[in-house]
Amino acid sequence: MSFVSRGFRGRRRDDADPARIPPGQYVTGDFPVLAAGPTPHTPLEEWTFTMRGAVDEPVTWTWDELQALPSETVTRDIHCVTKWSKLDTDWTGVSVDTLLDGVETSAEYVLAFSDGGYTTNLPLEDVTGGKAWIAYGYDGEPLDPEHGGPARLLVPHLYFWKSAKWVRGLELREDDKPGFWENYGYHNYGDPWREQRYAGD
Amino acid sequence: MAGTAVRGRLIWQLGSVVELVDETPRVKSIVLELPDWAGHRAGQHVDVRLIAEDGYQAQRSYSIASAPEDGGVVLTVERLEDGEVSPYLVDELRAGDKLELRGPIGGFFVWDRSFGGPLLLIAGGSGVVPLRAILRHRAAARSDVPARLLYSSRTLEDVIYGDELNRLAADDEVDVRLTLTRRWPKDWNGHRGRVDNALLEEVAWSPDDKPLTYICGPTGFVEAVANGLVQLGHDPARIRTERFGATGAG
Repeated sequence: MSFVSRGFRGRRRDDADPARIPPGQYVTGDFPVLAAGPTPHTPLEEWTFTMRGAVDEPVTWTWDELQALPSETVTRDIHCVTKWSKLDTDWTGVSVDTLLDGVETSAEYVLAFSDGGYTTNLPLEDVTGGKAWIAYGYDGEPLDPEHGGPARLLVPHLYFWKSAKWVRGLELREDDKPGFWENYGYHNYGDPWREQRYAGD
Repeated sequence: MAGTAVRGRLIWQLGSVVELVDETPRVKSIVLELPDWAGHRAGQHVDVRLIAEDGYQAQRSYSIASAPEDGGVVLTVERLEDGEVSPYLVDELRAGDKLELRGPIGGFFVWDRSFGGPLLLIAGGSGVVPLRAILRHRAAARSDVPARLLYSSRTLEDVIYGDELNRLAADDEVDVRLTLTRRWPKDWNGHRGRVDNALLEEVAWSPDDKPLTYICGPTGFVEAVANGLVQLGHDPARIRTERFGATGAG
């Protein structure tokens, strides 16, 4: 890069390991919020999570049934396409592997769908093998609605728009169908380490 | 509403700073000349990248303040006291400097003439920037959809685009309502205090009129306003939001 912004020095942080910060990101201690519309407020007694699409029979869990499944608490770094990264965030939820246990499918992709109409697409292999959770706890507390509660998809190795807030299920698909932001010019895969922010990156 | 046509890769381009306009003591508009700009839609944003001599870089997103018809790109930036990029843009950047950016980005928080209305725009602080682009596009495209802007500002001195908004209001082009939350002049006859449901009920059309609503501002502001409109019976699918900043938690 030959261009230099005259007079810019920057304010580097010395309390974060640079090896943990993907290109173009900065570390924040806050938890910013990004959403395209109002925050949905679905009562827990009406809430369900459904695995549908390329499966023999759709499988649905109620809130209580999801809570009864084995949960995991994981600590991960998260990276938002709007440039902030937050390190060592603590999440509690059910591994997507647990939900897919016993489900026979020929699918290679999933389309996560949410209250409010939000969707996002991912390869199936990016939500299996201990890489994704249906998270309902953050930092030892129930997940706030602004941050996607009662439950959101958590896929920390991809930009955070892939971690669909207010998630209500996964549609297993044989073809890859672009989700909400993917239709508006954002990258189809969204790997922060390859800085895949927008289509063509 | 169709998605935006996805153009090719968004490449970084160098713009020339033509002019800096003082909007408020903490806010400047940066007028840019961009030789390779392919145009944008009202409400979109750009990514700005700053690079230090040792190669260190910082990127942030800023809303475009100009309408597609204005030609060129204007960014309006508020200096955040603990910020890294905004203090540079507001305090250091000079006319004649180069600024690197890519865009336009975002295809959802946009308004085109064809979307119709009534058009309800609600801004908190510098959240007025993309809504100003929408108002300028509405005027340039000679749209006659009814439009209202509800703008919440800390003080009168913090109001961005004050003269332009006054002109729009005086010409009966747009119904502009200001509310001041922290301090107001003695003879202030606008609203006082934060936007609450009573003010929303007064300013927003009836849910039966199905306004198309755009809300932009700090997270807490946008949450409160969007929740309020839904409580008043407005269709969440007609409400588009853009939030900046954290929830304050942790």
